[in-house]
Amino acid sequence: MVIETRGLRMRYGTTDVLNGVDLRVHQGEVVALLGPNGAGKTTTIEILEGFRRRSAGQVRVLGTDPDHGDEAWRARLGVVLQSWRDHRRWRVRELLSHLGSYYAPYGTPGRPRPFDPDELIARVGLTGQATTMLTKLSGGQRRRLDVAIGLVGRPDLLFLDEPTVGFDPQARQEFHDLVHRLSAEEDTAIVLTTHDLDEAEKLSDRILILMGGQIVADSTAAQLARQVAGKTEVRFTHAGRSHVRTVEDATDYVRELFARHGAAIEDLEVRRARLEDVYLTMVREFESGRPSAVQSAWTEAAL
Amino acid sequence: MNPRAAAVRAGLTRGRIEFRHNLGQAYGYVFFPTIALIVMYVLRDNTVPGTDFSLGDRAIPGILAMNLVFTGVMGLAVMLITEREDGTLLRAKATPNGVLGYLTGKVTSQAAMSIATMFIVLVPAALLFDGLRLDAVSPWLTLAWVLTLGLAATLPLGAIIGSLFTHPRNLRFATLLLMGLVAISGVFRPLDALPEWLRWVGQAFPLYWLGLGMRSAMLPDALASAEIDGSWQRLETICALGAWAVIGFAAAPAILRRMARRDSGTRARGARRAAHRERTGHRTG
Repeated sequence: MVIETRGLRMRYGTTDVLNGVDLRVHQGEVVALLGPNGAGKTTTIEILEGFRRRSAGQVRVLGTDPDHGDEAWRARLGVVLQSWRDHRRWRVRELLSHLGSYYAPYGTPGRPRPFDPDELIARVGLTGQATTMLTKLSGGQRRRLDVAIGLVGRPDLLFLDEPTVGFDPQARQEFHDLVHRLSAEEDTAIVLTTHDLDEAEKLSDRILILMGGQIVADSTAAQLARQVAGKTEVRFTHAGRSHVRTVEDATDYVRELFARHGAAIEDLEVRRARLEDVYLTMVREFESGRPSAVQSAWTEAAL
Repeated sequence: MNPRAAAVRAGLTRGRIEFRHNLGQAYGYVFFPTIALIVMYVLRDNTVPGTDFSLGDRAIPGILAMNLVFTGVMGLAVMLITEREDGTLLRAKATPNGVLGYLTGKVTSQAAMSIATMFIVLVPAALLFDGLRLDAVSPWLTLAWVLTLGLAATLPLGAIIGSLFTHPRNLRFATLLLMGLVAISGVFRPLDALPEWLRWVGQAFPLYWLGLGMRSAMLPDALASAEIDGSWQRLETICALGAWAVIGFAAAPAILRRMARRDSGTRARGARRAAHRERTGHRTG
C-alpha cells in the first residue's frame, strides 16, 4: 500500500474543506482525484505531500506519516505542483541536473537515482530546449519541465496537481502517453488531480471523485459508467428557470412533472445519461450549493 | 556520499550558478556607494579632527562596509521574499535536503555578490583616494578575515529579515533602520559628535565593527587614534562579529523553517493562482 488515509479532515477557521476522506493507492497504480474547483483536491494532495498539516485523521504515505516524513522519505516522492514561476533564469538541463544531484545518495542498485538528465529531457520532449532559459519556455514546455523535475529522483510515488492545465490537445496527448509509460516501465504510483473527467478516464486505473470534502465515488471509469447506465437526464424550464435532473425512471418523472405543473413546463428534453453528463450535473449541483440526489445515490453505490 | 554533504555541495554549485545569473544586477548594488564616493571626493580636503589625514580617505573603508551590509543583508532579504513567492523555496522543500542546499547556495551567491560589488567600488576608490594602504600583503590578510567574519555576522540577518517580511515593499522599514544604523556606526566620520549612549548603541551592531575592521586593514595605523578607543580593537572586533555570527547562524535556520511551514499553506496557493493567471490571462478557482 503506497497511500492510506482514514478519516482525513481539514478545517480552515470554521470551514471544513475535507470531511473524512478515506483513500488507498497501491504500488504502480494511477489514481485520478477528480472534482470541481474548491472540492479539496489540492488540499488533499498537499497533505499527502507533507506540505500541509491535517486537522484530524490517519495518513500513511509510503509507510510514513507525512507530517513526520524525513529526507529519505522525501527522496522517494515526486511532486508536481500547479503552475510555477521558480528558477526563472536557470536553463532546463542546468536545473534538472542540479535538482537531481540531491537524490544521488538515495539511489539503490534496483533503483538508481537520479534519472539521467538528458534521458529525462528526451522523455518529456524538451531535447530542443535543453539550454533554454526557463522564462523562454511556452506554458506547455514549462509544464513538461515541471513533470521532469517531479521525476528526476525516480520516485516511487508521483503527485501531479492539475498537470495539463494550459495544454493544447497535442501536448495533452503526449502527456498522457508519458504517464502511461511511467506507470508501466517504472512501476511508479501516480496520484493526479484534474477537473476533467475525460482526462481522468484516459489516464487512470481508478477514479476518485471528491466533492464537498468527501470521496463520493471510487471505482474504475468502466464501473462508474455502469453505475450511471440506465439513468436518464431530464432538462426543462419552469417559471423561467432551467432545471436538470438525473433520474432512474424518466417516464415516471416526466408524468409527475406534468401532473404537477402542466403547461408551465417548457423546453423539455429527455436523454440517456452519459458518465460525463452525470458528473457535470453533480458539479453544477455542488457549486450551486443544493443537496444532490445524484451525489447521495452515487455515494451509496460507492459504498 | 552522505546526503547532507551532497546537499551542501549542490548548494555551492547553486551559489556559483546564481552568482553568474545575478552578476548583471551588480549595478543596482553599487549605485549608492558610488554616490557616497563622489561626495567624499568633493569633501577630500576636509581632515579627520586632530590629524592632517583626509576625511574622504578615512570614510572609504566605512562606505565599503556599509555596502557589504546593504548588499548582503538587503540583497538576501529581497531574494528570499521573492523566492518564497515564486515557489523556489517550496521547490527546495520538495527536494531531499533541498532547504539546506538552498540556504547554502543563497549565502554563497550573496557573499560572492557582496565581495564583487566591494571590488567594483574599491578599484576606483583606490585610484581616486591616495591615502589607502593597499600595496602590502598584510592589509589584504586583515581584509580577508574581516570580510569573512563580517559576512558571517550579517548574512544570517538577511535571511531572518527575509523570513519576517512578506513583501519587498515592506522592506523599506528595514532599509530605514539600516540607514539609521549607518548614521550611528561611524561610517562617514568618527563618532565624537554623538552622545555617549548612542555610541554604545552603534557599537552593539555588527556594522560598526565591520567598518572598524575595514579601516584597520586599509588605513595607516596612525589613524587608530581617531577611533573611540584610540586603537583598532582587533580582539573586540573578532568577539563582536563572532558573537553576531553565532547568534545569526543559530537563529536563522529555525526562523526560516517556521516561515517555510507557514508558506506551504495559503500563501503558496496564492502564488500558484497568480502564476496561473499570468499564464492563462484569466482568473480561475
